[in-house]
Amino acid sequence: MEYEPVIGLEVHAQLRTQTKIFCGCSTAFGSPPNTHTCPVCLGMPGVLPVLNRKVVEYAVKMALATHCTINHVSEWARKNYFYPDLPKGYQISQYDRPIAERGYLDLEIDGAGKRVGITRIHMEEDAGKLIHDESAPVSYVDLNRAGVPLIEIVSEPDMRNPEEGAAYLRRLHEILVYLEICDGNMEEGNFRCDANVSLRPRGEQTFGTRTELKNMNSFRNVQRALEYEIRRQQYVLESGGTVVQETRLWDDARGATSPMRGKEEAHDYRYFPDPDLLPVIVPGEWIDEIRKTLPELPLEKRERFIREYDLPAYDAGVLTASRAIADYFEAVATRCSKPKAASNWVMGDILGHIKEDKLEMEDCPVSADDLGELVRLIDDGTISGKMAKDVFEDMWLSGKKPETIIGEKGLAQITDTGALETVVDEVLAANPAQVEQFRGGKEKVFGFFVGQVMKKTKGQANPGLVNEILKRKLSDL
Amino acid sequence: MKITEDQVAHVAHLARLNIDEKEREVFTKQLDDILLYIDMLNSVDTTDVAPMTHAMEGTETFREDVVRSSLPVDAALANAPDDDGASFKVPKVIE
Repeated sequence: MEYEPVIGLEVHAQLRTQTKIFCGCSTAFGSPPNTHTCPVCLGMPGVLPVLNRKVVEYAVKMALATHCTINHVSEWARKNYFYPDLPKGYQISQYDRPIAERGYLDLEIDGAGKRVGITRIHMEEDAGKLIHDESAPVSYVDLNRAGVPLIEIVSEPDMRNPEEGAAYLRRLHEILVYLEICDGNMEEGNFRCDANVSLRPRGEQTFGTRTELKNMNSFRNVQRALEYEIRRQQYVLESGGTVVQETRLWDDARGATSPMRGKEEAHDYRYFPDPDLLPVIVPGEWIDEIRKTLPELPLEKRERFIREYDLPAYDAGVLTASRAIADYFEAVATRCSKPKAASNWVMGDILGHIKEDKLEMEDCPVSADDLGELVRLIDDGTISGKMAKDVFEDMWLSGKKPETIIGEKGLAQITDTGALETVVDEVLAANPAQVEQFRGGKEKVFGFFVGQVMKKTKGQANPGLVNEILKRKLSDL
Repeated sequence: MKITEDQVAHVAHLARLNIDEKEREVFTKQLDDILLYIDMLNSVDTTDVAPMTHAMEGTETFREDVVRSSLPVDAALANAPDDDGASFKVPKVIE
């Protein structure tokens, strides 16, 4: 029988606030354990949480970017369970009335469009971090992360293969980073994903029993884990078994999933409204204000680059991979008025060097203005494309302006017709034998003359001009 | 009966409370009385009344996103049964 996978994804994104969701402790990553804690995030008795305004603002931003309906009134709920990384014995989250619901995300997979529904977005606090002792039956608890703000974005079970799952995650990640509400660093746990996957006979409408996959910390691993789990479930079903509803952990080293043991046996979180927190009220005017701050999103930017700069879709995709790259490209293109040339320089030379030197786009030593000027100097014939590559290397290392480097090295092309004519005359006079050969019909000798002119001018003669002058002089002879 | 002894045992377990058989009986009876009492609310017609989750009305008070100083580590760990000077120490929670 042919089976169809059904995939839904839950993403936890850490919001890029300075402070925690309900207290003023810093959210900075990598500090010594338990240095960012206070009575509120330690769960001391008698303390009261006070909501960070930025958290609501960022959640609304994401909701708008994913076409969700924003609930003007949403509520906080307590999710109760015991685990040492959760000091209060409950997590403050949202349950029946989340901040936003019913949105969607448009994907493009191999040129085809695909819309994935978003069920809901809710706000919640993160738990602390546990470090397990290798040699003793002890775990260490660091509560720096306890209370760090998250949004959870839950998709509809709309994806039908692992590629769609990975494409959805990439798009979601891209939007979060574009909105500057999440750092999106998967290694630091800013962007975490759980997957629900089930199989059903193709054509069947009802869903099969699903498993939940956890512990995948890269896009690639999400895709691999989904591929593995689909094969596993297919094997179970084909050998007459039934899929057990359970949580399974992805093991990167083994390349397999296995059932998670321990933790709370049955999920019984006993959600109830948090009496310490009033409902979150988001008036329409606030939403309008936030809407005004939304940047152009990657997909819109991509389409505009194709339309406005006449770029191939591939270029537009590479150039809009991050806001920093896109802004840089636009500045270069504006300076030189040659969008395709600007695109080639940014995609090739700039991104290549950035990668090689392990830099961030923001740290690029060549300013967009200077690169734009370099492209313009090629376009107006001041330097050749070949010279420009050398000038660029120099710009990258020294941060100097292209015109400075050209001046210092005396690199400018000779575009003075009079000066070049003199050189051509000299070359022809010095090589009468070759001139005879040329007149005798041996046109290959033309290349020899060009070479001689270039040699005399140390490669600085404008090649087009040399050709033109040589042709004219030779036919006049 | 609004609640069974099994449900009481289940809830006690979720709350990590150890109760013996005698207590289970007593608590079942007490919880049952409370639930029956609350049941009286069902006699009120609430067709056109929106569900209430809070006694207070009005909007949430917000805090601006400004860092305030945290506790010194020794103060944060002061109430812990065990620590290593930097982290809380707990019995190992993973197999």
